[in-house]
Amino acid sequence: MTVPLLEVHDLTIAFPAAWPVRNLSFSVAGGETVAIVGESGSGKSLTALALMRLLPGAARISSGRIDFVGQDLVTFSEPAMRKVRGARLAMIFQEPMTSLNPVLTIGAQIVDVLRLHENLSRRAARARAIELLDLVRVADPHRRIDDYPHRLSGGMRQRVMIAIAVACGPRLLIADEPTTALDVTIQAQVLDLLDGLRRDLGMGLLLITHDLSVVGQWADRVIVMYAGCKVEEGVPDVILHRPRHPYTEGLLAASPRTAEGSSYRDGLLREIRGSIASALGEQGCPFRPRCPKAAPACTLAPPPAVVVQPGHLAACPVLNPRQARDAVA
Amino acid sequence: MTSARRVLKALVRNGLAAIPTVLAIVILNFFLLQLAPGDAADVIAGESGAATEESMRQLRARLGLDLPVVAQLQAYLSNLAQGSLGFSPRYNMPVADLILQRLPQTLMLLWMALGFAFVLGVTLGTVMALNAGRWPDRMISVLTLLLYSVPGFWIGLMLIVLFSIKLGWLPSGGAETIASGFTGLDLVLDRLRHMILPALTLSLFFIAVYARLTRAAVMEVAEQDFVRTARAKGLSGFTVGFRHILRNALLPVTTLAGMHIGGVLGGAVVVETVFSWPGLGRLAFEAVLRRDYNVLLGVLLLSSFLVIIANMMVDLLQAWLDPRIEVR
Repeated sequence: MTVPLLEVHDLTIAFPAAWPVRNLSFSVAGGETVAIVGESGSGKSLTALALMRLLPGAARISSGRIDFVGQDLVTFSEPAMRKVRGARLAMIFQEPMTSLNPVLTIGAQIVDVLRLHENLSRRAARARAIELLDLVRVADPHRRIDDYPHRLSGGMRQRVMIAIAVACGPRLLIADEPTTALDVTIQAQVLDLLDGLRRDLGMGLLLITHDLSVVGQWADRVIVMYAGCKVEEGVPDVILHRPRHPYTEGLLAASPRTAEGSSYRDGLLREIRGSIASALGEQGCPFRPRCPKAAPACTLAPPPAVVVQPGHLAACPVLNPRQARDAVA
Repeated sequence: MTSARRVLKALVRNGLAAIPTVLAIVILNFFLLQLAPGDAADVIAGESGAATEESMRQLRARLGLDLPVVAQLQAYLSNLAQGSLGFSPRYNMPVADLILQRLPQTLMLLWMALGFAFVLGVTLGTVMALNAGRWPDRMISVLTLLLYSVPGFWIGLMLIVLFSIKLGWLPSGGAETIASGFTGLDLVLDRLRHMILPALTLSLFFIAVYARLTRAAVMEVAEQDFVRTARAKGLSGFTVGFRHILRNALLPVTTLAGMHIGGVLGGAVVVETVFSWPGLGRLAFEAVLRRDYNVLLGVLLLSSFLVIIANMMVDLLQAWLDPRIEVR
């Protein structure tokens, strides 16, 4: 494995009275696509914002390290962080319809970031912006560059967002639910585009999604989050077909089967009983109140993620009774 | 079609559409004024101290006041159709000349007041929004509440007491130093000095309105997704604030500014009287006292024109600020 581009160690995000992300550790290597999946409220978007150091007002990083290209971003001052954002570390968001400024042309919004980080002249930046629009396959970029966002479709706007994000050749691109607001055919196009750019620009891609079908096709590695904790991690094949954690099993049972020859009529979708809110104030495993396999050991302490087989981690005391005891001891 | 031609067409069309409005305003004003007791002849007679029935009748006949109301309206409208605003017996000159003489003074006051209101209001509102809930926000909130609720004429008088009488920094009234013989830059500066207090008085209420509106608008825009995008690009807080937040937040403020032109003109009546400013507001006030209805109707007609023109300008400004609004 190559040297990780991004290594997150024990990241904890705190609101005044809650810890929506707890002791999260993961890494992304250059050229790798890592997907974080989980339901709403599992802390995946907050994690992404924490990496950008763009947490909303009341939230802050209470402990942990974010090593990005060998430097801990947690220690960065705001001006230093501004030099990283949009340049070496970029992010695209869920809502392409509202993520672009309605009163500026898309060209102006791409030129913005180019002139800020690349020190280009106005003309050079404009020429580069046209190249970028071409790169993200916006048809007729010469004409499109002077269009305002409201003249573009959702898929086109997300392409413009991607153009802005990759404008300065970032080492890592964080895509927070990039296709959730788009219809299915556009989804595949956008994900193809992101995958192609990752390959061509050799950047790491951190894909945040709640769509498991996206994961199987595009990710090199999957991290399953529940209530701010990593519950399972592995390659998509293992996670999607041989998951070990009861939450991942539940998540899969709750998604429509997409395999060849299967149909949504083959069987009812199963739900995971209860809601993520039950994790609030839980002492042991956050999934215990909803878990069909819950055992007394689960109340002791948040279970650490342990290697169940090479490249496959799971955090469940029932799976690894011995290790869980060791962790408590 | 080029955008300049489209704008011109829109202006012409809106202008034509305004004609019925203006006509309705004239007729309504005409009847409203008829409701007031007394007429110009009564005032003239009262001022002269003594008048016989006979001389009153002659005066009324000369001024056309003995005709039935509808005939008077007809006469006024036919005058208007020929481009004349009538004649003022008091000032012994055509109303149009009288108004044109006063108009520049009022327009200057108006622009300066709106300028103060816009710049100070938007600045204060932005400061409030950026410090929402903290002490600068609360302090300015109290200040705007005061400006909101205190009547303009009282503030005007207090400003005169403070700046003219106690401190002696600024003149207490008039449009320029009488018989000063200033020319060039000195004259401009002298006029500006005379304008500061009345313009400020006129603008205080609107500063409060814009400050509160800007505060709300900035706070709303700051929550938008595209602001997060701008931050994710690595832009500084200042650039995000100006280029991305304020421009979007200005939209509701400009809408209101257009509607306020009428209100500012109304306020000008009081302020021009307090500061003895030789503008349209005071002319209107004097015209009411003297029942000089030709003058008053002329001022009201012109005011409605100003409001209509201002609103057309605001439409254009908005189309320029927000590309989603098309000039049609």
